[in-house]
Amino acid sequence: MRLNRVLQVGAVVLAAGLTLTACGGGSGSGSGASGDKNLVQRAKDNKKLTIGIKFDQPGLGLKKPDGTYAGFDVDVAKYIAKQLGVEESGITWKEAQSAQREDLIKKGEVDFIVATYSITDKRKNDVSFGGPYFIAHQDLLVRSDNTDITGPESLTGNKKLCSVKGSTPAQNVKTKYAKEVQLQEVGKYTDCVTALLNGSVDAMTTDDVILAGYAAQQPGKLKLVGKGFTDENYGVGLKKDDADGKAAVNKAIQAMEQDGSWQKSLESNVGPSGYKIPAAPAIAP
Amino acid sequence: MFDFLSNPDYDLVGAFWTTIQLTFFSAIGALIWGTILVGMRVSPVPIMRGFATVYVNVFRNTPLTVIIIFTSLGLSSTLGVNLAASDSPTSLADNAFRLAVLGFIVYTATFVCESLRSGINTVPVGQAEAARALGLNFTQVLGLIVLPQAFRAVIAPLANVLIALLKNTTVASVIGVAEASLLMSTMVENESDSLFYVFILFALVFVALVLPLGLLLGWVAKKAEVKR
Repeated sequence: MRLNRVLQVGAVVLAAGLTLTACGGGSGSGSGASGDKNLVQRAKDNKKLTIGIKFDQPGLGLKKPDGTYAGFDVDVAKYIAKQLGVEESGITWKEAQSAQREDLIKKGEVDFIVATYSITDKRKNDVSFGGPYFIAHQDLLVRSDNTDITGPESLTGNKKLCSVKGSTPAQNVKTKYAKEVQLQEVGKYTDCVTALLNGSVDAMTTDDVILAGYAAQQPGKLKLVGKGFTDENYGVGLKKDDADGKAAVNKAIQAMEQDGSWQKSLESNVGPSGYKIPAAPAIAP
Repeated sequence: MFDFLSNPDYDLVGAFWTTIQLTFFSAIGALIWGTILVGMRVSPVPIMRGFATVYVNVFRNTPLTVIIIFTSLGLSSTLGVNLAASDSPTSLADNAFRLAVLGFIVYTATFVCESLRSGINTVPVGQAEAARALGLNFTQVLGLIVLPQAFRAVIAPLANVLIALLKNTTVASVIGVAEASLLMSTMVENESDSLFYVFILFALVFVALVLPLGLLLGWVAKKAEVKR
């Protein structure tokens, strides 16, 4: 009798939980652009776009104290929007945190996402990618006076690395260098910068262009090692199977690379860190 | 659905074992420190009463994430207070774990203290007065007469604190303790196509940990109750 009641309560709790999450999944659609029309059509009809970017990544996508947005990802997004016929005033910026990116696209809360979004096979199950518009490499950021970390092969002798918990760079360190180094995982990259500056870790690691953004924020104090050891293809996340939208985004990226604004944006955003700007990548089929 | 669990990189048992260890050590520490705090709060010495009151009000009203991040960035990185030998090959992980336990003790002890104080209020004043009349001093009155009865009255509220603590341990991932929520971050990063199932999995394991704990302590509370 008593066990029976426990089971009943358990079932009710579980059912309530499922209902709540189901509601969470269903709501929210329609706040951005919605409907079955593809990206090109929507941009043409509404002259408005909702674009997902990072709000907290200096040099790539950063919300500044005055409420404007700056960074390479922001410039790419603006350029694509312009090619689609949408002026800057028609863009609504939306924060796209790493874990939410697929959901934002699937629910139609954003039209596309430009937020250091690496193209992976798992993600292709949920979204389509335009681009890549940039190829980043996992790299190391050290204090300027550091001389003994020269690349991944110098990660020996119990050195301390910092990265964001659960992130792909952190997992790479764990699988490849776990025997020689220790990894401090933190909640945000800025925590790593703090730890790096006060000396409690020897290096921080993630994609080079992200590191370059942080290095540019602390002129003269941090330097990029410059020996990347992975390839991350940054793409523009779109609704799955939006072939027209993908083609239009690819065309815009190519135009941006050719008319020099691609190079210029990188130089002004991450150039001050001394980061060598790589060649523009070829668009994937 | 849950086929991502077959990936050998995901040490689900290990992650939840760390969660349980965090809870265990923090609970013991918080019980001891909370008992000392409540002793101070009801003591006749004004400076001890003042200290305990200020301590409880400061740490109870500080967000746990702030306390945990402070142990790492403030205590360890900036002030250089390290709880593990810095030349050991696992110093970062050990240090993070111990700092997290320290943070949880500092925070949870305030709730233990306040629960116990309400328990002390359930003991009739006459008992303490009778004990004083027999010539017992303050420590004896508290330790022999008041606290044993107070503890029996607050097992249910303390069970609430323990359950809250178990769930609060997920905050430890922000300083890199390899517990359940850090594994969840990893899965969220890799398993973008089955996010929903990742969340459901972790929710269910937490329910599976908390439900028996709640039922057991509820039963103990009933057994230990002081009949008045």
